[in-house]
Amino acid sequence: MLSLYVPGTSPVHRAPAGLKLAVLAGLGVGLFAVSRVEVLAGVLAGVLVLGLGVARLPVGVLWAQVRPVWVLLAVLFGFHLVVTDAATGAVAVLRLLVLVLAAALVTATTRVTALVAVVEWLARPLRLVGVRPARVGLVIAMTLRFIPLVAEQAARIREAQAARGAQRVRLGAVVPLLIAVLRLAHTLSEALDARGADDVPARRASPGRA
Amino acid sequence: MRFARRAAGVAVAASGPRTAIELREVAHAYGERAVLDGVTLSLTEPRIGVIGANGSGKSTFARLLNGLVVPSAGTVLIDGLDTRTQGREVRRRVGFVFQDPDAQIVHPTVAEDVAFGLANQGVPAAERDRRVAEVLVRYGLDGHRDHPAHLLSGGQKQLLAIAGVLVMRPQRVVFDEPTTLLDLANTRRVARVIEELEQDVVVVTHHLDLLAGFDRVLVFADGRVVADGTPAETLGWYVARMG
Repeated sequence: MLSLYVPGTSPVHRAPAGLKLAVLAGLGVGLFAVSRVEVLAGVLAGVLVLGLGVARLPVGVLWAQVRPVWVLLAVLFGFHLVVTDAATGAVAVLRLLVLVLAAALVTATTRVTALVAVVEWLARPLRLVGVRPARVGLVIAMTLRFIPLVAEQAARIREAQAARGAQRVRLGAVVPLLIAVLRLAHTLSEALDARGADDVPARRASPGRA
Repeated sequence: MRFARRAAGVAVAASGPRTAIELREVAHAYGERAVLDGVTLSLTEPRIGVIGANGSGKSTFARLLNGLVVPSAGTVLIDGLDTRTQGREVRRRVGFVFQDPDAQIVHPTVAEDVAFGLANQGVPAAERDRRVAEVLVRYGLDGHRDHPAHLLSGGQKQLLAIAGVLVMRPQRVVFDEPTTLLDLANTRRVARVIEELEQDVVVVTHHLDLLAGFDRVLVFADGRVVADGTPAETLGWYVARMG
């Protein structure tokens, strides 16, 4: 999600972010009500057609999301082979594979701002207890923005320690990282003021489009 | 060139047809540490440079100009608006570019970040998209529209930070050491961007070359303005002073 969006103008790209997230959530529930391999294989084919055929995503984009869970899927299948049977294992693997690919399809065809707008829309009831939905959305967007930045800071600190002879990462690395993050947070708060974050007007009432 | 008398809370008034920025007996302290002391200035020129050693108070001075910092004592007026009581209006008029663009970019992708300030101002989506596209083209970032901000080069990040400010169409822009983290090519690029701006600018910098052609340069030391004049009058004096 940090850098997965692939620009495009396909119907999948243009579909409202709220609809895509709703379908994804529905799929997450619905898949576990299905236990026939051929149905799940059909859903998997459908997701692949949407991703590769309709949205024209590169194969690598989808594969990049499957690769980290590939071993887990293999272990899961192996476990079922031993404990239950191959058909049950295939069902479990297909369910997870469809979910991973469907989630990848949503994130690759939807801008972060559109996803954040959905979250803001969903957070509207929280206004009753004094929460500003726009702030919730901003926090999510900033979290996505700053995860790689903090990781970069941590890498720099590790490098600095290695350059001075440290053989392995020490717990002490947390302290300079914490200081760097607090310093970053201070400047960031100034930047938010400077860019008018205080002026946030009443946001749109419905989720944006991708 | 006007040199400040250290003892007297120097008043350095410039003559001109308009008064854009006024500081009256401004002092500021972070806790016990005083960083500005009795600064009184009237700035009417479109291009103002600010130089001084680390810790001389110049970054705090810059932050006073769009209300990011409210002075402990004294008054800062921007076009007659008091930063203490009208900070929001002041920030709409005065854009601020920070030294480290990473701390200024708040959205994960380029176009989304540029649009952030416009969304805060309530600019309608169609107008927002048009202005974002325009500013991305202007700063050579149109090819990176949906690019993750953290994957840009240092120079591109600074240009993105500048684009995010300029898209809001401020009347003046304050730059706080905008080239400190950049290589020579990107420093020159940012210098050109500043040079081509229509807006009034205040540039805090250690890169003295950046200030060639500026109308006025303030030299800060120990929280005071110790020299004030044209670049020709001040820069050489400052270099000699720094030894």
